[in-house]
Amino acid sequence: MAVETAPVTTNQPTATEKLISNLLRTGVFSSAALVVLGTIVTFFRHPSYLSSVEQGRQLRDGLTSFPTTLPAVVQGLTRGEGNAIVMAGLMVLIATPILRVVVSIVAFLQMRDRVFAGITTLVLLLLLTSLSLGRAGG
Amino acid sequence: MTPALFLVTVFAISLGAGLLGSLLGLGGGIIVIPALTLLLHVDIRYAIGASIISVIATSSGAAATYVREHMTNLRVAMFLEVATTTGALTGAYVAGIISGRWLYVIFGVVMAYSAIAMFRKRHQILGPVPPDRLAERLNLHGDYFDEATKEHISYRVTHTPVGFVLMYIAGLVSGLLGIGSGALKVPAMDLAMRLPIKVSTATSNFMIGVTAAASAGIYFARGDINPFIAAPVATGVLGGAAVGSHLLGRIQGSAIRVIFVLVLVWVSAEMLLKGIR
Repeated sequence: MAVETAPVTTNQPTATEKLISNLLRTGVFSSAALVVLGTIVTFFRHPSYLSSVEQGRQLRDGLTSFPTTLPAVVQGLTRGEGNAIVMAGLMVLIATPILRVVVSIVAFLQMRDRVFAGITTLVLLLLLTSLSLGRAGG
Repeated sequence: MTPALFLVTVFAISLGAGLLGSLLGLGGGIIVIPALTLLLHVDIRYAIGASIISVIATSSGAAATYVREHMTNLRVAMFLEVATTTGALTGAYVAGIISGRWLYVIFGVVMAYSAIAMFRKRHQILGPVPPDRLAERLNLHGDYFDEATKEHISYRVTHTPVGFVLMYIAGLVSGLLGIGSGALKVPAMDLAMRLPIKVSTATSNFMIGVTAAASAGIYFARGDINPFIAAPVATGVLGGAAVGSHLLGRIQGSAIRVIFVLVLVWVSAEMLLKGIR
């Protein structure tokens, strides 16, 4: 990956900008695809969702259980559960900006910009703190 | 409502919210949350959880385009993300311990502010940009190519510490309410730090994804992200925003904007009432 540091005189993206742009786009598209797939699977596995008013209320109010941790999502995926596929898609979406930060750290290191590599690493640590705080019950 | 009908309704509402949000320059979240809670009686915690997911989707989608067009100031964004993510962590944590009533009240106030902020006059002449040692030290100044005027514009950044504090507040609001809070981020960069408005918008969008990811992690583990609600909200808002960005150049009528804003103010009053009652 080449990193250009010269000032840009048109709106041509640098290599880093192109990489970040592609990463964001791929993350959003693959997440949306998983979410749509998961929703379709959910309705195939629960045909009564097309007619039961009571089940609609339970789903809205969160009375129907759904996975909220990575191991639970993986377990649900092995059983082919629709809501686990949806949750996997949502996890891909949450991971997309986090990966973008990781890519930025690498780019700053290649530019030998220690200060910004440090700043970006701090952002990554804050994001990882969020994931661990959440698990503790928040 | 059957699950199928509920799903279609939420998707349609989110599509409309994403469309309206992108036309007004607000995020979809600030519209989708009151729609879900007031119209469909969704628990505000699930509405916020679904909204924060949609915020990541729309901001990442838009950021992908802006970054490619070299509009985003990556250095300013990365530096200020330290403040927004810290704020988002605080906000998402606080949201879990205060009562839902307070969430309605705070949401009503922030929504009214965002609606009114759209109409404040922008001061074109602000005088010379004062020197800022931190901006020098971090080399935050930038340049971009303006497609509209076909000009290459260099700009200098100032008041970095003020911007940093304002970004903490923007992150706090984002984490607390599950919205992107671009209405707070853009003025912090545009008015305080003196970035050009187009760069401010692009950079705000870029930061919103990371800010939202910080609070989404907490919401996810807490069980506030209900897949049954988040799936149609995320896909709907994303689709609506994509359509809206294509229409943006064609719709300029300020009368339509006034009507939209009045509706927003009215909805924010409804949210306040729901919290106070």
